[in-house]
Amino acid sequence: MAFQPEPVQEPASMLAPEKQAMKARKMWVDSLLRIMKSKTSFIGLLIIALLLITALFAPLIASHDPAAQSIVDRYQPPSGKHILGTDELGRDIFSRIVYGTRISIQIGLIAVGISLIIGVLLGGIAGYFGRWIDQVIMRIIDIMMAFPSILLAIALVAVLGPSLRNAMIAVGIVGIPQFARIVRGAVLSVKETEYIEAARAIGAKDGRILGQHVLPNCLAPIIVQATLSIGTAILDAAGLSFLGLGAQPPSPEWGAMLSDGRAALQTAPWVITFPGIAIFLVVLGFNLFGDGLRDALDPRLKQ
Amino acid sequence: MKTLLEVHDLKMHFPLKSEKWFSKEKPVLKAVDGVSFSVRKGETLGLVGESGCGKSTTGRAILKLLESTAGQIIFKGEDITHYKGEKLRKLRRQMQLIFQDPYASLNPRKTIASIITEPMKIFGIPKEERRKKLDQLLDVVGLNASHKQRYPHEFSGGQRQRIGIARSLALEPELVICDEPVSALDVSIQAQVINLMEDLQQEFDLTYIFIAHDLSVVHHISDRVAVMYLGELVEIGEANEVYQQPQHPYTQALLSAVPEATPDREKERILLKGDLPSPQNPPAGCKFHTRCPLAEEICRVKKPELKRVSEDGQMAACHFAKEVVAAAPV
Repeated sequence: MAFQPEPVQEPASMLAPEKQAMKARKMWVDSLLRIMKSKTSFIGLLIIALLLITALFAPLIASHDPAAQSIVDRYQPPSGKHILGTDELGRDIFSRIVYGTRISIQIGLIAVGISLIIGVLLGGIAGYFGRWIDQVIMRIIDIMMAFPSILLAIALVAVLGPSLRNAMIAVGIVGIPQFARIVRGAVLSVKETEYIEAARAIGAKDGRILGQHVLPNCLAPIIVQATLSIGTAILDAAGLSFLGLGAQPPSPEWGAMLSDGRAALQTAPWVITFPGIAIFLVVLGFNLFGDGLRDALDPRLKQ
Repeated sequence: MKTLLEVHDLKMHFPLKSEKWFSKEKPVLKAVDGVSFSVRKGETLGLVGESGCGKSTTGRAILKLLESTAGQIIFKGEDITHYKGEKLRKLRRQMQLIFQDPYASLNPRKTIASIITEPMKIFGIPKEERRKKLDQLLDVVGLNASHKQRYPHEFSGGQRQRIGIARSLALEPELVICDEPVSALDVSIQAQVINLMEDLQQEFDLTYIFIAHDLSVVHHISDRVAVMYLGELVEIGEANEVYQQPQHPYTQALLSAVPEATPDREKERILLKGDLPSPQNPPAGCKFHTRCPLAEEICRVKKPELKRVSEDGQMAACHFAKEVVAAAPV
């Protein structure tokens, strides 16, 4: 085989300034392109975009008032007037699903926000300070993980009282261990790097080192986990609502819609089929996108 | 010349995980085991030795990035061995570190400007002054001021090392510990960085402890040289003396391995037998006896003390080095 010299990479110093700036921008564009390149994560992104657009323009998209009842029209199968049919109170299912996207996004963001803030804080502190602080925090996390998550969420809602707000809090708390563990692992590897030692050598205090140097370098796994968690949070909250512990009627929450329609499963299957598909699609979308994001942000997978 | 830093009998032992359960004796790794030396203001002390001999650990213990097991560190006449918290932070202004790996020592998510100004920010220097000092520092280390909003990955190894140097000079320290600052760089760039460091020493009246394993680089920059082997000093003295008349067989072996610019010259290469013994279980007596070409019975039993071997204060720890009684205290 003929000897093929490897292409020599030009050092940054040799490049013209404009070229260097382009290189920096290219890094982000590259990441985005890598996400787009994978068909599955592109589909995920598409589903998420669709969800956001639906939530934003719900009043324009919905054909009926989601709360308007019409007993005469109850259990109507899908038709021109009601594309996805009506439920036991004659409410338009399509419109309810459209308005339900708003609730789902709200649940996803708030619940994951709670898990993210508390989890990153706990995991960061445990990983950075180590010793007994690490032991105490991680053992508490272990205890939380020993419960099946939905059971823990049910217990929390039972204490707090059933409402959509409390369901979001419960789902958020249940998600903390995931974040704490991931962040702790990332912090453990980042805190051994030389730039952290450099920060200590210039007299930086712990809070500054953790906030300015350690955590910003743990962002990639946190972003991936947050994306994947949104799907799980929506699913968990729908589960709580199905059990009557989350959103209360007449809220068009998808899990609550499933619960309302289950009595008529045999005679009017559309009442639960379409909200079920909606939940399935949204969770799938976030999972696909999260997986794509993980691949794009993982430096080991770069060609 | 005034003494800036004194290190007395510094020990740095790392506890290891015991292999046996419930065993009482805890194994320790003696990375640094009783090192003493002093550094005068304005000089450069070269610290050389094989990898794993405790050079970097000594440097980090002096900076108090590692808590020393025993010994005393005296900086500007003050015992800083047990400084903690706020007092230690204040001390950091006067002692800085230059790292070996310019790729790992800069936070990839910060711009050059924020990396270099961070030390000043921490010590509450006002913004206007920080900006002025930043431009000045960039100029001093030979970086283009228009690059300050860029990220480390956009620079080459030599440029990154200059960024690291600028950061360590931001607080105008008196002592800079250079932990193999050029060994990760290309040979062509090494010379540039070394020259830069010499210029900076002149300009800012810096004192360097220069840790390296490249003996020719150390000879070039150092006023005095200390040679370490397995966590102990085996020889210390004026650079020229140590290089021309090495008294310790280890130093002799190291120097014989330096490539010569004139290959015709007859030179005897002293080849050391065996590997560096484990610092977990160092040999008794003189730690070097397992590899020493001169070793005799006494070396296996008795540990040699550092003793004066020349009029000018060169010291070596070898039973066979000729002791010289000092004519006058240095």
